[in-house]
Amino acid sequence: MNKAGTQFLNGFLKENPIFVLMLGMCPTLAVTTSAMNGLGMGLTTTVVLVMSNFLISIFRNMIPNKVRIPAFIVIIASLVTIVELLLKAYLPSLNDALGIYIPLIVVNCIILGRAESFASKNKVILSIFDGFGMGIGFAFALTCIGAVREILGAGEVFGFGIMPEGFIPISIFILAPGAFFVLAGLTALQNVFKIRGEKKGIVNTKIQSGCNSDCMSCGDSSCHSKFYGTEDDDKNIKSEIVENDLLILDINDDTEVE
Amino acid sequence: MDTISKLLIITLSSALVSNVILSQFLGICPFLGVSKKIKTALGMGEAVIFVITLASIVTSIIYKYILEPFELTYLKTIVFILIIAALVQFVEMFLKRFVTSLYKSLGVYLPLITTNCAVLGVALTNVQKDYSMLSSVVNGFATALGFTIAIVILAGIREKTEYNEVPKAFKGMPIVLITAGLMAIAFYGFQGLL
Repeated sequence: MNKAGTQFLNGFLKENPIFVLMLGMCPTLAVTTSAMNGLGMGLTTTVVLVMSNFLISIFRNMIPNKVRIPAFIVIIASLVTIVELLLKAYLPSLNDALGIYIPLIVVNCIILGRAESFASKNKVILSIFDGFGMGIGFAFALTCIGAVREILGAGEVFGFGIMPEGFIPISIFILAPGAFFVLAGLTALQNVFKIRGEKKGIVNTKIQSGCNSDCMSCGDSSCHSKFYGTEDDDKNIKSEIVENDLLILDINDDTEVE
Repeated sequence: MDTISKLLIITLSSALVSNVILSQFLGICPFLGVSKKIKTALGMGEAVIFVITLASIVTSIIYKYILEPFELTYLKTIVFILIIAALVQFVEMFLKRFVTSLYKSLGVYLPLITTNCAVLGVALTNVQKDYSMLSSVVNGFATALGFTIAIVILAGIREKTEYNEVPKAFKGMPIVLITAGLMAIAFYGFQGLL
């Protein structure tokens, strides 16, 4: 049980999917217009994540290695459909607020990433706690970002006005551009911690500076290189190209220009 | 005439007014990841246009002629994601075998597109808005065009600002995000267009 607790804390703090791993940026930017929406999206994702980790961990020895990514996708998509129908029936207001982003939980990197890197290798109880920790960490991060945007953009948190009367809301923060600015501030803050850590001599390789490497590597390592890589050798070479694609493409460009 | 103006409105609104990246936040990963050089950005854009247009055609056919008649519309998320994954694989194999020149220019980008949420997003939007097949295809193409416009502009700005001095904490991704935010403000100006 102690191990499960550690796994929970790991997902919540040490490897927080948004603040540390920078995964699942699309819903992060899109639905955090208010703290309530962020919380709703976070909890919905948590439910899907816990269930998918649970199911994938149960079936981990039954799914053939070659088709595991498609199998995971089918499991996740089914769970998302169930959750979507439940929300439609019991929480229609949340369903309307989140709209198309609920079915899009399917393509959230966090879920497939955890399925591939954790649930397919670990026991059921541990996987559930991993999913729970990651999900709560995700929900917490979304709520924080949503709250910041809501305070700056509307002067409220969860619909309660908290700013003094003279405060004029900077409405850009609840519009689309504000999402980019808040995320930029967040990433910059993370860089500050990273620079400080490096000065003290602590090198934390898990902390990455931004979406660039992580998002792409999430797509590569958890989906593509394996999805495409297990077919044959030719594809293996291809997936290596994909993994380093940014680097290689840039180099190619340089040589062609010269 | 009526249909043409309707299609024109769909094109304008998908490509500019509610741009897939800057106002809907779909496909952020390739937007930030593959936008260092205009040339690579353009390649990614072309591949996205190709895949999204094709995916819109296939998903709307399957939705209209298989899912709707059999009342299986609640399965759309599962069916669409599988179609898209299979489609990308198939397109890759087809291009490799028959259209080698196109494969050379798009090949590297194709696998990156499967998990691009813009593709699934467009397919679901088409269904949600109850578009006809023609409108779906036009919407898919226009959305992908909007993606290409945004990623190429960002790549252009990044090429210019790469060697600028920025505060240490803002180096790398933060400054790119701020650039994207400023672009989003500019695109917000299209709001009055329709």
